[in-house]
Amino acid sequence: MPDSPATTPGAQRAANAADPANSANAAAPADSARAEHPPYLLHHFENASQQADAAGFAMWLFLLTEVMFFSGLFTAYLIYRNWYYTAFVAGSHQLSVVLGATNTVVLILSSFTMAMAVWCSKTGRRRELTLCLTLTFLLGLGFLGIKSVEYREKFENHHVPGRHFSLQSFLYPQSDPKIFAEYHDRPLPLDEARHTEVYFSLYFLMTGMHAAHMVIGLGILGFMILRARAGAYTAGHATFVENFGLYWHFIDIVWIYLFALLYLISRH
Amino acid sequence: MSNSTIVSLPDQSTARIPQRNYLNQENGLLSWLLTSDHKRIAILYLISITFFFFIGGALAGLIRLELLTPQSDLMAADTYNKVFTMHGIIMIFLFLVPSVPATLGNFFLPMMIGAKDLALPRINLFSWYLYMAGGILALYAMITGGVDTGWTFTTPLSTHYVNTNVITTGMAIFVAGFSSIFTGLNFIVTIHKMRAPGMTWFRLPLFVWANYAASILMVLGTPVLAIAIVLVALERIAGIGVFDPAKGGDPLLFQHLFWFYSHPAVYIMILPGMGVISEVISTFSRKRVFGYTAVAFSSVAIAVFGFFVWAHHMFIMGISNYTVLVFSLLTMLVAVPSAIKIFNWTFTLYKGSITFETPMLYAFGFIGLFTIGGMTGVFLGTAGTDIHLTETYFIVAHFHFVMVGGMLMAFLSGIHFWWPKITGRMYPEKLSQLAAVITFVGFNFTFFPQFILGTLGMPRRYASYPPEFQILNVFSTAGATILGVGYLLPVLYLTWSLKYGAIAGNNPWQATGLEWQTQSPPLTENFTVMPVMDHEAYDYEWLERQNQAGKNLGNQILASQDQAQQSQALGKEKEVPRAG
Repeated sequence: MPDSPATTPGAQRAANAADPANSANAAAPADSARAEHPPYLLHHFENASQQADAAGFAMWLFLLTEVMFFSGLFTAYLIYRNWYYTAFVAGSHQLSVVLGATNTVVLILSSFTMAMAVWCSKTGRRRELTLCLTLTFLLGLGFLGIKSVEYREKFENHHVPGRHFSLQSFLYPQSDPKIFAEYHDRPLPLDEARHTEVYFSLYFLMTGMHAAHMVIGLGILGFMILRARAGAYTAGHATFVENFGLYWHFIDIVWIYLFALLYLISRH
Repeated sequence: MSNSTIVSLPDQSTARIPQRNYLNQENGLLSWLLTSDHKRIAILYLISITFFFFIGGALAGLIRLELLTPQSDLMAADTYNKVFTMHGIIMIFLFLVPSVPATLGNFFLPMMIGAKDLALPRINLFSWYLYMAGGILALYAMITGGVDTGWTFTTPLSTHYVNTNVITTGMAIFVAGFSSIFTGLNFIVTIHKMRAPGMTWFRLPLFVWANYAASILMVLGTPVLAIAIVLVALERIAGIGVFDPAKGGDPLLFQHLFWFYSHPAVYIMILPGMGVISEVISTFSRKRVFGYTAVAFSSVAIAVFGFFVWAHHMFIMGISNYTVLVFSLLTMLVAVPSAIKIFNWTFTLYKGSITFETPMLYAFGFIGLFTIGGMTGVFLGTAGTDIHLTETYFIVAHFHFVMVGGMLMAFLSGIHFWWPKITGRMYPEKLSQLAAVITFVGFNFTFFPQFILGTLGMPRRYASYPPEFQILNVFSTAGATILGVGYLLPVLYLTWSLKYGAIAGNNPWQATGLEWQTQSPPLTENFTVMPVMDHEAYDYEWLERQNQAGKNLGNQILASQDQAQQSQALGKEKEVPRAG
């Protein structure tokens, strides 16, 4: 079922090719490219919208691979949570919902400033763009700061899987009066308590992978802030900011799932 | 091959390689290492995968030598484990997965759809660097002690019981995996966004469809392998409990994650090869591929079904009977689109004007061997026979029929088919036909005895075996040496042809693809004028009309270059008397 040629991505190019002036130029493509094309347009694209389309599509595909990357961890979570529900509940009580919720708010705010940055880039507001990107950077940094406070607590309480993992909080819940006052957890039998290590393995894997994505994102953001100040994204070419925005929102969404799955297990 | 051939070479006394082409546009090592030209990156890939192929091949030679005698005498059992593990890892991750997509796909996919380059040229170069980084890491792991888990890294063996370079090898696969993700991503974006005017989805050459299907698998499957490897590494480094039964983890979870990629990986390897076969069969029987749409959709169907059959690798691993039943059924389903392809190629041949150039010989080899490989796959998908045959040489023979008999034949077919376009020169026809026959004979000698060995019960992955199996193993090793000759020959004569081969001209096979309508070797920008696809794929009547009207774009380019040169020369001649 052949479509009409006008629906193919090259339809625009067909129009160009049909134009006698352009086909004359085609004999010396390198020269005509420099003369006609804006500096950011790569040589193998016909026009800026084709380039932006391709870049956006590529970013969505990349995010799809990211979804598959995390999906391995989500599968593991799904299985073990079904098998070891009590251990997962006990494990989740060791997390601070307040800190987790704060971090959720911080990330959503950063997504908002990122969305504003995309708008600024599209409407050519250089100073506002730099401001929005810097705010996004600071909020991202804030998230990692709060996360490291949480990690530190896990190290202190021996909740990091591996050689130093301790079952004390699950065999003797009263040993931590503050958490006990909140949840009144019953002591777990030894063979159930052991499974909390699986919970914490998944906790560190999932939040760790997420944090790694944040760190990479912050690196790119830093680079973008420098370039934005030089006006690189406000000259009619917002593709890079837009696609980074997609990545940033993706990280945000992953966190929202992680927050619900890891912190809020027994709260439904 | 006097009148039974379609080769149409230009008059060799006047023929020449085009003055300006992608090979001589720029010179120097840096111009290659920093190129963003998809054709040059394809060449970089071709050289590197050939390098790794011969390392993997040498390891295969060691395996066959060891198995010449029943005792483990050439190497210790531990060393044997490392040798077959590295053979598998190198051949799968560093040769088969990137073989056709990263070389022929990289080179021809943009040309076939009438584009100047892949959509993301710098990502394309980056993917080659990732590939090289992965390859070097794998070699480093091999040299500093190797790894002996088998290419499957099965837990808890890989996490608890071996002290070899699991983590380094895992990193190598992780990195090489991202190279494959980026290639697939690039292909999908290119096919969606870069098609020339008139190049609709159902005018795409079937090679493009096949690579599209494989790309979907690369993009969706590979990240799952990546995370599985990360988990194994963390289990070894930090002692997390995800796969450790002592802590409540389940080693089977690893296998589910691993095979979720590694079964579709089989289709990542074979689908692009099937694409090559579609092109070759059509060209050398002068007919449009029978049931174009069915072949195109069967590629996509293989990709989709391919994601739902992974547990057939785990029938004896303690999964439930119901799971076995479901996955057995789904496995049978994959045979359907594969059979559609085989039938349609055969029907393409029916009443075609068949000629027997080298690519076609390899393609015939592919059809025969892949059919055997595929059919034995159905035996293994049947749970009852699988329990009897799994972990025996029957498995080894089965996947070598698909991977070596299928994929490698397709790769060689494609290399010969497109060699005139890549280099502008022909390979020596007689010698290469001989090589194709040697490969076919050697292959059958090597791997057919292994089917028999498997049904007799010889287990795989052991350095020693009961003496009654020796005669068949001797056959197999003898076949492997013939096969080795069959693989060395193309390297020699293809290298020879770079300098001494006959000038090929633009379209020596009279094929219909857009890549044949430009000069050989092509310009850096592929086409000087944007091609417009005003006919269906594999339309040989269109080609005939085009030839009669003298409309081959490549000829036009050459003619315009000649004109420019002549007028330049004339200008100089005129200048001389004026100066006098």
